[in-house]
Amino acid sequence: MGPFIDPFLDNGFMLRALLAGVLVSIACSVVGTFVVLRGLAFIGDALAHGVLPGIAAALLIGLPGIVGAAAGALAMIGGVTLITSRSRLSSDTAIGLLFVSMLALGVVIVSRSNTFTGDLVTILFGQVLGTSVGSLVIQVIATAVVVVVAGICARPFLLLSFDPEQADVAGFPSRRYHAIMLLLVALTVVVSFQTVGTLLVFGMLLAPASTGALLAHRVSTMMLIACVVGALSCYVGLLLSYWLDLAGGASMVLVATCVFFVVFVSVSWREARRAARRPVVGSTAR
Amino acid sequence: MTDAVVASGLSIGYPGDVVVDGIDVRVRMATSLALVGTNGSGKSTLLRTIVGLLRPVSGSLRVLGATPGASPRRVAYLAQSRASSFILPLRAIDVVRMARFPHLGLWRRASAEDEALVAQAMVTMGVEDLAEAPVRSLSGGQRQRVYLAQVLAHRADLILLDEPNAGLDAGGYERYLQAFAGELHRGAALVTATHDIREAIEYDQVLLLARRVIALGRGDEVLTPDRLMETFGILIRDRHAEHAGRFTVAEPTRGAPQVIDIGDPDSD
Repeated sequence: MGPFIDPFLDNGFMLRALLAGVLVSIACSVVGTFVVLRGLAFIGDALAHGVLPGIAAALLIGLPGIVGAAAGALAMIGGVTLITSRSRLSSDTAIGLLFVSMLALGVVIVSRSNTFTGDLVTILFGQVLGTSVGSLVIQVIATAVVVVVAGICARPFLLLSFDPEQADVAGFPSRRYHAIMLLLVALTVVVSFQTVGTLLVFGMLLAPASTGALLAHRVSTMMLIACVVGALSCYVGLLLSYWLDLAGGASMVLVATCVFFVVFVSVSWREARRAARRPVVGSTAR
Repeated sequence: MTDAVVASGLSIGYPGDVVVDGIDVRVRMATSLALVGTNGSGKSTLLRTIVGLLRPVSGSLRVLGATPGASPRRVAYLAQSRASSFILPLRAIDVVRMARFPHLGLWRRASAEDEALVAQAMVTMGVEDLAEAPVRSLSGGQRQRVYLAQVLAHRADLILLDEPNAGLDAGGYERYLQAFAGELHRGAALVTATHDIREAIEYDQVLLLARRVIALGRGDEVLTPDRLMETFGILIRDRHAEHAGRFTVAEPTRGAPQVIDIGDPDSD
């Protein structure tokens, strides 16, 4: 058992990294489930890019990065909402340009001050092995908020994923709950940037939840599978990073996406075989 | 008792695009109204206005004595299609359970009574064996039965159905007719948008729409060949033994209104 547990017992930074990773996984699984079900991946992407200039600007004027991340996330949600509500044309071009300009703005702000040019990599890809106790506390709080709010909104969120109009008809205004959902995505992205970085958090949002979607028949099961996949990916990723000297956050995300592709291929293969075995005529219900 | 739906001088549609003008109709409790017309004639728009998804363009509309959308617990609505993505992991029973959400709100747990209504609705539509089946594995007709079971589990006072028999097989159709006759008997009001003339003729009232009100009244008075011709521009008389006396209507593709006779069983 030594090589699988000792790194976490012998090194405080490894233990903190594991805790941070598991917390990020839980928040990302809950939020990612709805991101995947509602096809909000582009919002997650937008936030991942949008927080960068916020963080950079905050660091430039001496504020905590997380404050800038929050401001950037809110600005991005506002921008995307404005574009999608105003334009009846395909808005992905405009939104794509919005992402890229935010990313470019972030890089420009970072390059303006040569004192923290090195921090750009940290912002984009996180520094999971440098997780402090303070940021762990913030993550505990944020994860708790995400879980509790998603629990309270379980019914409207389910209706929203099924059909937003059905949510409206059932007396749960779809705009209100959509906004709450976006705020949860923003909160998750903002607090995860220190662990996996603003670019890689996108992977933790999508990969475990998508794996859950392939395997589950219920939304709650999907979330549970996502949590397990996410947490295991953190553990395996950190071990790989420890023994092979790889970047921590990136290893975690890489493991999670590998799990997704392995499950994806095996599920497709199983379904193809089942379809081949099933008689074409006279197949019964189910 | 308050009427289920009262519309007077009602215009429906979207800002700058009125679909139907001047609708005057009253649906009492425990009575039924069929909306008949082509695609784009305003049937769905009227249902969506009654349920509160669209605002009336002008005129007045009272639903169960209140503004549309004010009583989600008392109104059940079957949409023509759903926005849900194909990957949504849901079992049939989860879909039917959604009918209880307006009653439960955010907090309350489903009671034994809620579960009994869900189970009973699934039995009524003959999908109790599919309860644990993932929705994405169901056929179109099975899915429609599940959605109809959802409407039944709602126990609504006003039921709005948009093309409810789409994709149903003969057994499903029979169950559907009996189930909603039962809902009327229970005291609910029923408003159904349909292409099925044979079904519509059984309703207490029929509203014939073609982006305007063509006629409103009892089915046998409203659904005359002349009026149907005016509404649809095409009339298919099906003489197949099983559908004897049944009119089916279709969209006119081009050219003049026409009557088509099909399926004479003696000729083949």
